[in-house]
Amino acid sequence: MTEGRSSFLRAWRHGSKWRLRAVLIGGLTLLAPIAATIAQSAAQDARNAAAQAPVVPKAAPGGTLTPADSLLEARTSALAAELRCPVCQGLSIQDSPSELAQQMRSVVRDQLAAGRSEREVRAYFISKYGEWILLSPRPYGFNLLAYALPAFALLAGMGFVAVKVKRWTAAPALDAPAAATATAVDDADHT
Amino acid sequence: MNWRRSTLAVLGSVPLIALFAWGLTRDPSEIVSPLPGRPAPDFTLGVFAPGEGGLMRPVGDTMALAQMRGQVVVLNFWASWCLACRDEHTDLSAAARMYAGRPVQFVGVLYNDVASAGSQWISQMGGQAYPSVLDPGARTAIDFGLYGVPETFVIDGNGQVAYKHTGPVSAALLARKIDSLLALPSTAIVAPASDNPR
Repeated sequence: MTEGRSSFLRAWRHGSKWRLRAVLIGGLTLLAPIAATIAQSAAQDARNAAAQAPVVPKAAPGGTLTPADSLLEARTSALAAELRCPVCQGLSIQDSPSELAQQMRSVVRDQLAAGRSEREVRAYFISKYGEWILLSPRPYGFNLLAYALPAFALLAGMGFVAVKVKRWTAAPALDAPAAATATAVDDADHT
Repeated sequence: MNWRRSTLAVLGSVPLIALFAWGLTRDPSEIVSPLPGRPAPDFTLGVFAPGEGGLMRPVGDTMALAQMRGQVVVLNFWASWCLACRDEHTDLSAAARMYAGRPVQFVGVLYNDVASAGSQWISQMGGQAYPSVLDPGARTAIDFGLYGVPETFVIDGNGQVAYKHTGPVSAALLARKIDSLLALPSTAIVAPASDNPR
């Protein structure tokens, strides 16, 4: 094992740096979209929190849309996009054209207009349909598995690749003629 | 080294296999309703189909759950466009006639349909023993967490949902649920009847 590690370090020092760098860059590239998603969801939460301010939506005479109407519509759409349509396959009530989805959407709008918060409207639907109604499970208890597994799989994959790279770079040190060939190949790559 | 590798492989794969095995025991289309054991959502809906005989309610009359305290309420959501509703129709009417004169109220709720189509369907099916009401905007249906039709809720004398049935219901099953609730004193807090059918 010690021999393996020292040969790995030798390989690290002698010309195989680019392989490890490639693994690191690859790993970071994979992590970037995850970080972006987290940032986006945080921004969405902030927007939702900002929208919590009490609104008194009232259709202006003549049917024009007031700013309060637009805000209510935006809040309705954002919340409706989180709720599953019961009569569809994997669609939100925002995206589904079905009659029940549209009726549920109008329940969302009416409850928000009546001064209920997003959290309260969400709780209403959960009390009727269970947590199944949420398209994204809430991050606690057993649900955490859905959030942890992809990250775990990513880490495991990176670990696997790192171990493999370590083997590839360690092999030449264990076998002298092969090491010479590998160095020659590495040198050729660098020229 | 081989032992270590094998142990790692087992440690890694056993939880995954266990998770998938557990997943195979679950039916993703079966969604458990949170309503049984909880107070039934209140409703006040207008009658469009009067029912028959002693169970008749005038068209335009309103039926409110709050006024049915002390009675077992059988709430059946149906529609004229629903094929499965045809299968249970005779059983529902038969059960309603069987419990006439007892503290049991059957109510049909027309789901996403128009009154004229509902009335036509009832006459095509040879009548409906109990009254049916309209549910504008499916508000009551959503309050009851409806997925589709037919769905039947049995509500106890205290206004708590005792049982929910998805799909066509049989007279025998209804009788079992109703009898178990009639046997209980109306002031007792009852557990979901699905757990103790008798």
